[in-house]
Amino acid sequence: MMSTTTQPMHPAGIDEIAVQVAGLKRRYGQRTVIQGLNLRIHRGEFVALLGESGCGKTTLLRALAGLDALDGGRIDGPAQPAVVFQEPRLIPWDPLWRNVSLGLDDKSGKPLAQAALEEVGLGGRSEDWPRNLSGGQAQRVALARALVREPRLLLLDEPFAALDALTRIRMHALVRQLLARHRPGVLLVTHDVDEAIVLADRILVMRDGAIASDHRVAPEAAHHRAHPAAEALRTQLLAELGVAAADALH
Amino acid sequence: MSEAVNHFPLPAAAESSPVRRLRRLRPLQEPGNRSLFLLSWAAPLLLLLLWEAFARAGVLSPQVLPAPSRVLQTAWNLIGQGRLLSDLGASLLRAAAGFVIGGSLGFVLGTLVGFSRLAEALFDRSVQMVRAVPFLAALPLVIVWFGVGEGGKVFLVSLGVLFPIYINTVLGIRQVDPKLLELGRVTGLSNWTLIRRIVLPGALPSILAGVRYALAVAWLALVIAETIAANTGIGSLAMDAREFLQTDVIVLTIVIYAGIGVVSDAIARLLERRLLAWHPNYAAKGK
Repeated sequence: MMSTTTQPMHPAGIDEIAVQVAGLKRRYGQRTVIQGLNLRIHRGEFVALLGESGCGKTTLLRALAGLDALDGGRIDGPAQPAVVFQEPRLIPWDPLWRNVSLGLDDKSGKPLAQAALEEVGLGGRSEDWPRNLSGGQAQRVALARALVREPRLLLLDEPFAALDALTRIRMHALVRQLLARHRPGVLLVTHDVDEAIVLADRILVMRDGAIASDHRVAPEAAHHRAHPAAEALRTQLLAELGVAAADALH
Repeated sequence: MSEAVNHFPLPAAAESSPVRRLRRLRPLQEPGNRSLFLLSWAAPLLLLLLWEAFARAGVLSPQVLPAPSRVLQTAWNLIGQGRLLSDLGASLLRAAAGFVIGGSLGFVLGTLVGFSRLAEALFDRSVQMVRAVPFLAALPLVIVWFGVGEGGKVFLVSLGVLFPIYINTVLGIRQVDPKLLELGRVTGLSNWTLIRRIVLPGALPSILAGVRYALAVAWLALVIAETIAANTGIGSLAMDAREFLQTDVIVLTIVIYAGIGVVSDAIARLLERRLLAWHPNYAAKGK
């Protein structure tokens, strides 16, 4: 299981390591969910994690977020990575700027929150309540909240799964733009192969609590859905996930 | 109480084909909101006028039910003598003191029990046992302990207020969205910040419901305590009046109790609207 961290080539200036996982173990009762997992993510690198339900993706993310204790191995990374969950998890009794500045000092937090809200296109709504937002807007606030602290590591737990297809495409563009500016290391857990190809520099497929394969995404594949490189990668990933190409086309 | 609600025939009627009911209603040309509002006030006003008319015509003896104008006159006279306001003040002070003492105790205990399994093991069963006693049943004991002084009344009000606040605080804290608590942990909030920013605001709707209920209980406790044993206060005013068969004063005290109940409920509602402006169920209209 040591083959998982094939070192990708990096442009200059981003080889600072965002997080390094070595020999990670997680058990729920008798069942071993993650067994000896290794992973390294650099700053500015976007890693997508694919896998069937129950393969341990979310368990890995929760361990990285510091939400669960480890049963073995070690994680060298920031104590406080930023997390965006599938639901926006906005605090309903705080206006948007207070949601974004949660955990920051109230005085210095407000201008930072305002700037972060402007970045996600909601600068005019900072005094509004979360209940007045659409699903996509709420998820944008959650992104602003994650990025306002300039995290070294950003964990995305299927953050676009609940959005409609058009909103999802807009969110992808926004996320690419934001990450180009803030350059955290990113781990995205997703079920969506296309989303992984569009967003990620590297795609990992997880199976039985370990990383089964590791793919570089060629830039041309990320930018053109119909590019042969994208098609080939999609077919391969789907095969690894147990879906034949013919099934996927229907 | 709940049984009475179950026997109420309205739900059954509402179930039977709402569409047909609507169609039947529409040709009747429902009056607008404004006229309905005026009508809702006109009805009790008419009742009051009838009461006045019957009293003046001598159909209602002043010993049984004095005219509203007579009650008003009595209120004016009592204010002039300085009795009414000082009695009202004494009653309000007792209620406030009891509410603050009982409410604080209930809130602190409820917060502890809501947070900590240890505190729950220590306190919850005892509190629930004491709660099983109808607090008014403690009245004779309270009189033995405190006599007719202030202590007993404040104690009784505190006792009545403590439980609704306690229960709603525990419930509110337990019902805080665990996903928000997880978010707080991921964001690295300290325990104190987590409580201040997420737990207590999340429990607030439930706590305020407890406050509203507790206000009603506080007045009930005070009426009983003052009626049975007191030298000052609205209740003692009523008891003195009973001795001399001053029905107008008795009616006045009843009206005052009702008025205080309405005012305290309005204050509680205002608090809810203010503090729960974020909540879709409480938000003021138009915002």
